[in-house]
Amino acid sequence: MAEDVFKALADPTRRRILDELAERDGQTLFEICTRLVTKHGLGLSRQAISQHLAVLESAGLVRSRRQGRYKFHDLNTAPLEHIVTRWLRPDSPESTP
Amino acid sequence: MRIHLTSAFVDDQEKALRFYTEVLGFVKKHDVPLGEDRWLTVVSAEEPDGTQLLLEPSRHPVVAAYKTGLAADGIPAVSFAVDNVHAEFDRLRGLGVQFTQEPLEMGQVTTAVLDDTCGNLIQIVHSK
Repeated sequence: MAEDVFKALADPTRRRILDELAERDGQTLFEICTRLVTKHGLGLSRQAISQHLAVLESAGLVRSRRQGRYKFHDLNTAPLEHIVTRWLRPDSPESTP
Repeated sequence: MRIHLTSAFVDDQEKALRFYTEVLGFVKKHDVPLGEDRWLTVVSAEEPDGTQLLLEPSRHPVVAAYKTGLAADGIPAVSFAVDNVHAEFDRLRGLGVQFTQEPLEMGQVTTAVLDDTCGNLIQIVHSK
């Protein structure tokens, strides 16, 4: 699980997606793509962004929810807190080998 | 060459006509009966001779998949120019309109995306 988080954070585009979701939760894929291209000049295809979102989702950093016919993405920082406490509180046992 | 007419597939033409005129503020231009459906167009109140928007029935079998896919990813079917996106956002939200994207500054352009209640997302936009 923790390794998924590190892998997800290792990519600069995915970090940008998290930056933008930190600014406003509940974004559609369209809004995320718009923000990446207009604010960061990241002209990736929607399909590519969708794949990045899937990596972030599998690491638990992004949660998607369906609301009616629409799909919104929210930031979830819980996995980051887990990483930080791993070293700030070294007595907590390693959860994954 | 100019854009004469563009279209949006609507689930219910009568409901769409009400939303596009009473809520968004367009004006009905043509309304011609065509069997169960109508040739139904609206225009901007500010430009009665401008581009028409055809409120086209969603009856064709491929339309449902198209609309479902666009809506799920938040992609607008059509985009309208307004004087001030923030002011329109406040006005329309006050009328109970749902937005999938609140006003977003993108350099020279501000946009927002709303639900037309007939299966489409509509983008509103202004330039500085």
